[in-house]
Amino acid sequence: MKRTPIYGLMAEFATPTDIVSAAKRTHEAGYRKIDAYSPFPIEELAEAIGFHREDVALVTLIGGLLGMFGGYILQYWIHAISYPTNVGGRPFNSWPAFIVVTFEMTILFAGLSAVFGMLALNGLPMPYHPVFNVARFAFATKDRFFLIIFSSDAKYDAAETRRFLESLEPRSISEVPS
Amino acid sequence: MDRETQVTERRRAPVIQPGYTFATITDKISSIVLARPVTNSWLVGFGFAGLITMMLLYAIGYLFVRGVGIWGVNIPVAWGFAIVNFVWWIGIGHAGTLISAILLLLRQQWRNSINRFAEAMTLFAVACAGLFPLLHLGRPWLFYWLFPYPNSMTYWPQFRSPLVWDVFAVSTYFTISLVFWFIGLIPDLATLRDRAENRWAAMIYGILAMGWRGSARHWKRYEKAYLLLAGLATPLVLSVHTVVSFDFAIAILPGWHTTIFPPYFVAGAIYSGFAMVLMLAIPIRKWYALEDFITIRHLENSAKVMLATGLIVAYGYATEAFMGWYSGNDLDAFLLWNRLHGPYHLTYYALLFANVGFPQVLWFRKWRTRPGLLFLVSAVILTGMWIERFVIVVISLHRDFLNSSWGMYYPTKWDWMTFIGTLGFFCFAFFLFVRILPMISIFEMRTLLPEAEVKEAE
Repeated sequence: MKRTPIYGLMAEFATPTDIVSAAKRTHEAGYRKIDAYSPFPIEELAEAIGFHREDVALVTLIGGLLGMFGGYILQYWIHAISYPTNVGGRPFNSWPAFIVVTFEMTILFAGLSAVFGMLALNGLPMPYHPVFNVARFAFATKDRFFLIIFSSDAKYDAAETRRFLESLEPRSISEVPS
Repeated sequence: MDRETQVTERRRAPVIQPGYTFATITDKISSIVLARPVTNSWLVGFGFAGLITMMLLYAIGYLFVRGVGIWGVNIPVAWGFAIVNFVWWIGIGHAGTLISAILLLLRQQWRNSINRFAEAMTLFAVACAGLFPLLHLGRPWLFYWLFPYPNSMTYWPQFRSPLVWDVFAVSTYFTISLVFWFIGLIPDLATLRDRAENRWAAMIYGILAMGWRGSARHWKRYEKAYLLLAGLATPLVLSVHTVVSFDFAIAILPGWHTTIFPPYFVAGAIYSGFAMVLMLAIPIRKWYALEDFITIRHLENSAKVMLATGLIVAYGYATEAFMGWYSGNDLDAFLLWNRLHGPYHLTYYALLFANVGFPQVLWFRKWRTRPGLLFLVSAVILTGMWIERFVIVVISLHRDFLNSSWGMYYPTKWDWMTFIGTLGFFCFAFFLFVRILPMISIFEMRTLLPEAEVKEAE
């Protein structure tokens, strides 16, 4: 049967408790390619859809280490190799004086890695996304909670999945055209 | 919750007035940006601040033509207003980071309704602060020489100098504050994108929101990044005023060369910063009818922070005076005498009144909960903290080791125009901010509601 390609099926809920329990049941029912949308962070929701590794911390650590070593090596290279200046007989590699800039570079690189790492891992900026085709989805940034089962899921079946979502007693169900 | 905490909880004003839902919070905050018409009072304030900003540009333009000779600075007082204003402004910025980062780590949820505009305050204050050392350079257009970049002069900055540390501390601080503020805005920009009826507004907010759709995966990474940034910003903010104090403490001048400077500068920064937060919050909550979100609880908590940091600052003054007497060092003793009896003695008494004496009214709940009085106390503290920096910079410099090199410092009209000009620019930027961006974090306010909690099902 040839039809317009469907990106997924989306169900709307009114409270954080409803969406979390719905997401849990969907995950328990064996659906894996799912996502949930909420107007504010809900810790339990990511757990419920089976998302555990966020990797932002690792990116931040790597960025911070780069900043730290980069910052120190820069100062060492400048003052001990490229342009050694004798200041009152103090060593060229006067490390206590280099700590401040090393620290600031650590923070700068770690912070920027956290921000850009988070955006990159989230695939943002992404101005277009199929979920925006659903008119009700504008409420995802206000007071509504959405659960989507992607059509790429192995268990996905247009009629069967819709019946399953109906059993979760959502406010509404919409097809998401891709 | 035991009985005692219940009673105290009931006595305290709530963080958010009851009766709000996710939708009404969203509508109330976003409508200030999207639906509220431009009022005459806003136009007048914005226009006036714009005029003062023009004066700043004029003063800067004239400085570019004539050089720093138009200011009152000379030997022995080579630092003058430029450094006084720099330290003052950057200190004000610190409260924004304290609210957004340190209070987040300490799980102080009341911060959620004031962190957004406090962060904006930080950005604008640091922008004003950064202007002064640059203008003070003499050849401000060559400011990029401060950064280490390969150049045809084979010249490098001297990394053993606190002034170079300052460049790195302040530029890192500005950058991190900017990204912290911006990622905090992303979910709210998405809200504005979805609410805006004007097509252009929707497009601009849409571009800035970068396609945020509130996915649970995104939120998890987002929360992690936000928490990590808060953890990074906390030592950063403490380091910035520490490094600023090193500009003084590393020098050997009496009055500057003390180890009390870093903690005392950081406390003073937070002290003046909270005063500025209150001076902004009190009119804003009134004009935009946000008393339900910025409650007496917020004002009272800010007042308590001011009281605590004010006492640390008072302890710093006491230590300075004690060391002047106890060290037995003639130069330190003379500095103390010069503060008390020298030509600038009035500034020292004004500082003691404004920073130590008057703010003690905050001990009393009755006065701490009166917005009008808090506004006045904040204004006095801000003035006092500005005078403190004047005392530190000018009184120490104008009479140093040799009588033959003593001198006086008098600011010129250009000094005043530049300083007042930055005040105007700060207000100008703030007037713009409250009209084009949500001044309270909408998504963080939603999390404060009881219904935001997930109840255990089954």
